[in-house]
Amino acid sequence: MLPLLRRDLTLATRAGGGFGLAVAFFLILCALVPFGVGPDSAALRPIAPGILWLGALLACLLSLDRIFALDHEDGSLDLLATAPIPLEGVVAVKALAHWLTTGLPLVAAAPLFGLLLQLPAAATPWLLASLVIGTPALSMLGAFGAAITVGLRRGGLLLSLLVLPLYVPTLIFGTEAIRRGLEGGSPATPLLFLGGISAAVVALVPFAAAAALRVNLR
Amino acid sequence: MSLLAVEDLAVARGGLRAVEGVSFVLEAGRALILRGPNGIGKTTLLRTVAGLQPPVAGRIIMDDDAVAYAAHADGLKHALGVAENLAFWARIFDGGSGDGGDGVGAVGRALAAMDLMALADRPAAALSAGQKRRLGLARLLVTGRPLWVLDEPTVSLDAASVARFGAAIRAHLAAGGSALMATHIDLGLAEARDLDLTPFRARPGRSHRPAGFNEAFA
Repeated sequence: MLPLLRRDLTLATRAGGGFGLAVAFFLILCALVPFGVGPDSAALRPIAPGILWLGALLACLLSLDRIFALDHEDGSLDLLATAPIPLEGVVAVKALAHWLTTGLPLVAAAPLFGLLLQLPAAATPWLLASLVIGTPALSMLGAFGAAITVGLRRGGLLLSLLVLPLYVPTLIFGTEAIRRGLEGGSPATPLLFLGGISAAVVALVPFAAAAALRVNLR
Repeated sequence: MSLLAVEDLAVARGGLRAVEGVSFVLEAGRALILRGPNGIGKTTLLRTVAGLQPPVAGRIIMDDDAVAYAAHADGLKHALGVAENLAFWARIFDGGSGDGGDGVGAVGRALAAMDLMALADRPAAALSAGQKRRLGLARLLVTGRPLWVLDEPTVSLDAASVARFGAAIRAHLAAGGSALMATHIDLGLAEARDLDLTPFRARPGRSHRPAGFNEAFA
């Protein structure tokens, strides 16, 4: 499965791979919000955790349809399905590659973009922690949506409609962790919930997504 | 020794039976060429044997991980080079060391067999249709699988390349492999037998009820 991970990472960084697009989208979103709601910190500070998490969510969504659609178009998916690696492994590896090229850069860039939204420095560790724990679930759930819509033309919008509701628990507990950190409370409970969601999703989704792929390959 | 035995096989495309009652045995060192008019179900039969869709009825008896499948889409990544594409599949199937196009290893041999040595470093996006096809067929050589399942392998190949591919198949058969293919042209294979699917065309009136609940989704 390592060759598949290496290939996906190589493809993401080559021309047309879309590496960095998600971060750029995240930056633009965070830069636009102060224009919309005004630059004073009293208005921005309360909504900053929510905006940052929404930005991460939408940026992640941008590249979801690439997870399987490109491999389906050029026939690689058929060939991977006949390869010695199990389809569940293919799903897990491709979701991991998506997280490494989308989720991880978002995590790295988030503290910087927090400044744009006047997020206090004290909240930065909780922002980082919630994103690190929560974004793997975004990529994995996204892989599930991508597997369901893989054969469809213009499946991108349908994919968003399917996946965004699944992101709700991660969004709730992610923003709650930052908010509690900001108010001096204990963010342990929302972080634990976030970790539980991610662990469950990472454990279960590869099987569901592989089943969806098998149906779509017929 | 038979590499593949098919007994009373029925396959369906889009919920409708295409062919039914197909039985054949494919011995090592032999090739079977499926014939029949467009739409009879050659591709569906080949995809079923390759394991990409389940049979509606009947049995397919063969070893696990025996099939190397090649269809209309070659599974090439345009951003990768010719040797890189091949090395990826070699690593996935673990059939070669994937050491690039320097003349040793499975990748080098496959490039030489399909006359792609001069193009080894060229990006796949810059290949002609025939060259892409040759690269897609070279992939068969690096899989190390005994049973080649080929769907119209000679599309967009020129006469010299068809002869070259015929020689590759002959070498594969001589090495104890076998091939099941659908093609409309004559590859000049003395080892090949023809199977006309026309008598096996599914008659709509004969079986009104689906064989099982899942057939509606097959």
